[in-house]
Amino acid sequence: MFPRPIQSMSPAAQRLYRVALPVMLVLWLLPLLGVAMTSIRPSSDLAQGNYFGMPSRLAFENYVTVFRNSPLAQYLWNSFRITIPVVIGAVALSCLTGFALAVYKFRLSLVVFFMFVAGNFVPFQILMVPVRDLTVNLGLYNTITGLALFHIAFQTGFCTLFMRNFIKALPRELIEAARVEGVTEWQIFWHIVLPLVRPAIAALSVLVFTFVWNDYFWAMVLTQGAATQPVTAGLNSLNGQWIAAWHLVSAGSILAALPPVLMFFLMQRHFIAGLTLGAVK
Amino acid sequence: MTPLPDPEAQIAPRKRSRRRSLTPWLFLAPGMAMFAVYVLIPIVQSVWVSFHDWDGLGQMRWIGTANYSELWWDDAFYTSLRNNVIWLALYMLAVPLGLMIALFLNQTVRGIRIYKSLFFFPFVISQVVVGLIFSWFYAPGFGLLYALIEWVTGSGVALLADERYVTYGIIAAGLWPQIAYCMILYLTGLNAVAPDQIEAARLDGAKGWRMLWHVVLPQLRPATFIAVVVTVIGALRSFDLVSIMTAGGPFGSSRVLSYYMYEQALSEYGYRMGYGAAIAVVLFGIMMIFISGFIWKMWRDEKGQ
Repeated sequence: MFPRPIQSMSPAAQRLYRVALPVMLVLWLLPLLGVAMTSIRPSSDLAQGNYFGMPSRLAFENYVTVFRNSPLAQYLWNSFRITIPVVIGAVALSCLTGFALAVYKFRLSLVVFFMFVAGNFVPFQILMVPVRDLTVNLGLYNTITGLALFHIAFQTGFCTLFMRNFIKALPRELIEAARVEGVTEWQIFWHIVLPLVRPAIAALSVLVFTFVWNDYFWAMVLTQGAATQPVTAGLNSLNGQWIAAWHLVSAGSILAALPPVLMFFLMQRHFIAGLTLGAVK
Repeated sequence: MTPLPDPEAQIAPRKRSRRRSLTPWLFLAPGMAMFAVYVLIPIVQSVWVSFHDWDGLGQMRWIGTANYSELWWDDAFYTSLRNNVIWLALYMLAVPLGLMIALFLNQTVRGIRIYKSLFFFPFVISQVVVGLIFSWFYAPGFGLLYALIEWVTGSGVALLADERYVTYGIIAAGLWPQIAYCMILYLTGLNAVAPDQIEAARLDGAKGWRMLWHVVLPQLRPATFIAVVVTVIGALRSFDLVSIMTAGGPFGSSRVLSYYMYEQALSEYGYRMGYGAAIAVVLFGIMMIFISGFIWKMWRDEKGQ
């Protein structure tokens, strides 16, 4: 193990480490803690210049105000309506593509695979004008469907990379044995491979959820207004309206951050497996 | 992996192989179709649009390379380009800093898993929220950092309103989640470092920096590769933070190419799709240098297997 286990060091070093851990953590999360504090600070505190001391009381009414005086609930709801279909769509498509690229040996296999990988890295701006034009022409501009369709297509690139590598690592004998039995290719996919890739499906689901929930650029390009925009774009416009109402901005930010954070804590192991692209074990 | 003999292929070779050669394409069809329509074809279309004058609605007018020659004389373009270079250079700090935090946290004491997750926290939250958090952190008067600077030096600095510091302020905000990402990559990598090699090196008297450099880092190479890839891509993709924290200001000094493109193509400055597309093509060209490098390496690894 590197660095040397702290248990093998002097008691003083061990004590120092115990103290250093929480101190470093607080420093690391300082901006976040500050915002969390601000979100439960009554506006009277801010007016009196009490920015950093203890809040004079816990003002959870900031959260109520945010819901009552702004369309934040609608924005959050839109985010769910966009994100969940994208997770299902992108994961389903990539199960198929990943299976094809991992199981079959054909000449263009690697070319197709690296097309997905490379497409996944391009800057969004090179896609912006044509994708917006296409969405307008399909009559899907400013709709949840229009935004979701793009996300499904784009996320398929990343998901294919992950899924293909995952399936490639499965024991090949399983598939070969099934072929000997005369099982059809589709049945191999459905009954043999799909049950085995469940961990990959879980990892991709949490990752795609987080990526799409946190998307801001495409929300700005393909939607406008509270009826369709997700919470990221919504926060941006609320930030414009709530100039200097930092207790409200903070409360809104915390609410927008909550779903992916919960997702992360619930499915931590899967989340991390996905982020390392399966390349680091 | 050695290819296993396929028993069925011997039974009905021709029928079998024809069916087998079509099957992968059937599985690929839905995903490839979506990816082609929304990702691959738009890249070509963008290049095509960049040779036109277009407001996004009316007729496209062919103007050859006029958009590119306009870029050549456009000061705002060079400001954005310079900021992109600064982003790229400073963003790379996330890799060693992430490694440092990972080494700090790679212990087995009680509650360490919670610490690891909490350190990773910034990566999970949206860049929009990160941008708002740091705007508050930097805000003149009531921001925490502003107050700290004021307390130490006697006068506060309005980071985001100062042309000299604004880009660095935004990059610092971007580094926060990026360091967390690199940290998690290295923590996962450190788990896989072979303990016997470490012990052997320790018996040979290696420790500290030399151990890290000669024994540990070579084993962390896959983690480093991915950390560099995601950091380069992240730096060049930076858009959300610039848009949220400054909208490119003050006086356009914190623009990056991705934001400048958006501004030209889709904002109150007018719908100059052709000019925007030309900026996007330049950004794409820069990123392709890196992307092809990554792909080349991955391709080689794949062939070597």
